[in-house]
Amino acid sequence: MAATSSKPVPLLKDELDIVIPTIRNLDFLEMWRPFFEQYHLIIVQDGDPTKVIKVPEGFDYELYNRNDINRILGPKASCISFKDSACRCFGYMVSKKKYIYTIDDDCFVAKDPTGHDINALEQHIKNLLSPSTPFFFNTLYDPYRDGADFVRGYPFSLREGVPTAVSHGLWLNIPDYDAPTQLVKPHERNTRFVDAVLTIPKGSLFPMCGMNLAFNRELIGPAMYFGLMGDGQPIGRYDDMWAGWCIKVICDHLGLGVKTGLPYIWHSKASNPFVNLKKEYKGIFWQEEIIPFFQAATLSKDATSVQKCYIELSKQVKEKLGVVDPYFVKLADAMVTWIEAWDEINNSAEEKTTENKTAVAAAK
Amino acid sequence: MSQVIINDNEVDIVIGALHSDLTNFMTEWKPVFSRFHLIIVKDPDLKEDLKIPEGFSADVYTKSEIERVVGSSTAIRFSGYACRYFGFLVSKKKYVVCIDDDCVPAKDDAGILVDAVAQHIVNLKTPATPFFFNTLYDPFRKGADFVRGYPFSLRNGVDCALSCGLWLNLADLDAPTQALKPSQRNSRYVDAVLTVPVRAMLPVSGINIAFNRELVGPALVPALVLAGEGKLRWETVEDIWCGLCVKAICDHLSLGVKSGLPYVSRAERGNAIESLKKEWKGVKLMEEVVPFFQSVRLPQSATTTEDCVIEMAKAVKEQLGKVDPMFSQAAAAMEEWVKLWKSVGSA
Repeated sequence: MAATSSKPVPLLKDELDIVIPTIRNLDFLEMWRPFFEQYHLIIVQDGDPTKVIKVPEGFDYELYNRNDINRILGPKASCISFKDSACRCFGYMVSKKKYIYTIDDDCFVAKDPTGHDINALEQHIKNLLSPSTPFFFNTLYDPYRDGADFVRGYPFSLREGVPTAVSHGLWLNIPDYDAPTQLVKPHERNTRFVDAVLTIPKGSLFPMCGMNLAFNRELIGPAMYFGLMGDGQPIGRYDDMWAGWCIKVICDHLGLGVKTGLPYIWHSKASNPFVNLKKEYKGIFWQEEIIPFFQAATLSKDATSVQKCYIELSKQVKEKLGVVDPYFVKLADAMVTWIEAWDEINNSAEEKTTENKTAVAAAK
Repeated sequence: MSQVIINDNEVDIVIGALHSDLTNFMTEWKPVFSRFHLIIVKDPDLKEDLKIPEGFSADVYTKSEIERVVGSSTAIRFSGYACRYFGFLVSKKKYVVCIDDDCVPAKDDAGILVDAVAQHIVNLKTPATPFFFNTLYDPFRKGADFVRGYPFSLRNGVDCALSCGLWLNLADLDAPTQALKPSQRNSRYVDAVLTVPVRAMLPVSGINIAFNRELVGPALVPALVLAGEGKLRWETVEDIWCGLCVKAICDHLSLGVKSGLPYVSRAERGNAIESLKKEWKGVKLMEEVVPFFQSVRLPQSATTTEDCVIEMAKAVKEQLGKVDPMFSQAAAAMEEWVKLWKSVGSA
């Protein structure tokens, strides 16, 4: 990995928003300062809206609490989760930028094997700005990286690749395990630095983690809905996974790519496995129905935009998963509400921007 | 995950000798190879006698032995890199590891010699996970596991049939790529093994592979051997074709294919630009096969590897035969191979 100086050259600083959900504090931003300071932040404050979340000096940001979300979306706010980091997707919706990077507030800067700080954002940007190769697996991983290329036998007709919609990063230290695995291996730490980025092949699903994730909002934004989780919902810790299955089906349909691998961040906090088990419990069983559903999901030729794909998918969710549990009927409806809200917010973007900023400024 | 035990008697190391003097090659590999049985197959076109150092348990097969076993009238040509397949045919072991004779052991980032054979066997003996991608790569490796969201019903995995290793120094790039980047060398040691997902195609390089012969032996066929084929990897596609077929068959039989570790270090040889001068038949042929492999589906009735190879051959003849006669020849070779395998391979 190339060494990074303390003030790296920012790429896309006017085209990328960093979305951070928080319920505690934003102390972690101090460590990220050299890498994040030049970008605009969208803070989505979960939980008690009367609590004041202090943002470290020098960051340019907009902050939304539950009151703001309710005010901006009105009745459609029902699709945004409460008391779960799934609320972050509200940040995606109100962003005006082409790219989003989202990170959890317990994620810090990791070091590569040479001891240098990893500029995660820079790597995500590299991943998003270079093509993906979902139609044929390259055994040397991302062929567009320095020092790599397509291997012998890789069809030349496929070497241009497709646009990259999502860059899924990984975590050193506390790995993203489910509750049962956490209970069995409470001390396991991820210490293996795998120096690779690779495209997840077309037709393959994966468990997407929202802790260290970047995407091209213009290409896939409307499909990044993190579902109904947390307060009043029968399930938690499935928000990012749900989004991941939806976006993968849609990316496969639209010919877009999803990459996984570098960059690593340092995940510092292991959440309580017993609390997690309660949240995940239903999901563990439902997953067995959900996965075959997504594996078999096909979208029609008419689904030519992300929104159309998503609405079609929501109908299939209602029809095929609604029989598993009434939750999925609610979720399917919320998926539609989300798209309606997305289109509303993003089509009258100019007016809303001024409104929001004024309201946020006034609230401070 | 419990320790994988490697039984010496389960492994054959097959070496295709395209160079007569194997002294350096075998000396470098001695720490890794010496406990195993070796099958050395001499390229029938090689005129000089083989020079093999002492200290190995090896059986050597030359042109006359090959002809004695398979007969002279055959659609299968064992010349050049294809000679290795003869070794696969006559092996009696469960696992076969095959490394090109211009490779030596690699060193990892800590400077430790990589035991490529041990890593291949570990890959083959631990389950593969083709039905769902694990973002922490091989979940059965020490220090790793399945991530949150990985369905529990898929965590047993399936048997791994093929292990595809990688190369430091001279990566397996094609000639145009290497010619454009003459000084590019692969120095990136990626510490991962991963299962290539079901229905994903990949270019399997024959330079550094291992397979479970009991599971997929008959599926590794030297079917697409080019007429003007040379003695450099840049001028061949036999392994690429073979790999596409094996992957399709593994997908059908719910077997796994892994890629990643181990690395070997591949020596400098040949000149990419020189190889460019040869006719690019192989590259052109590969372009034709992508839609075929993307859509090929074997019938439910094909439940053994041999059946799958026959069905693959039928499909190749029907759908690709009209594209180029080379494919009809490949199909014929695949059918012949199954017969050969039944008579020789299972003896």
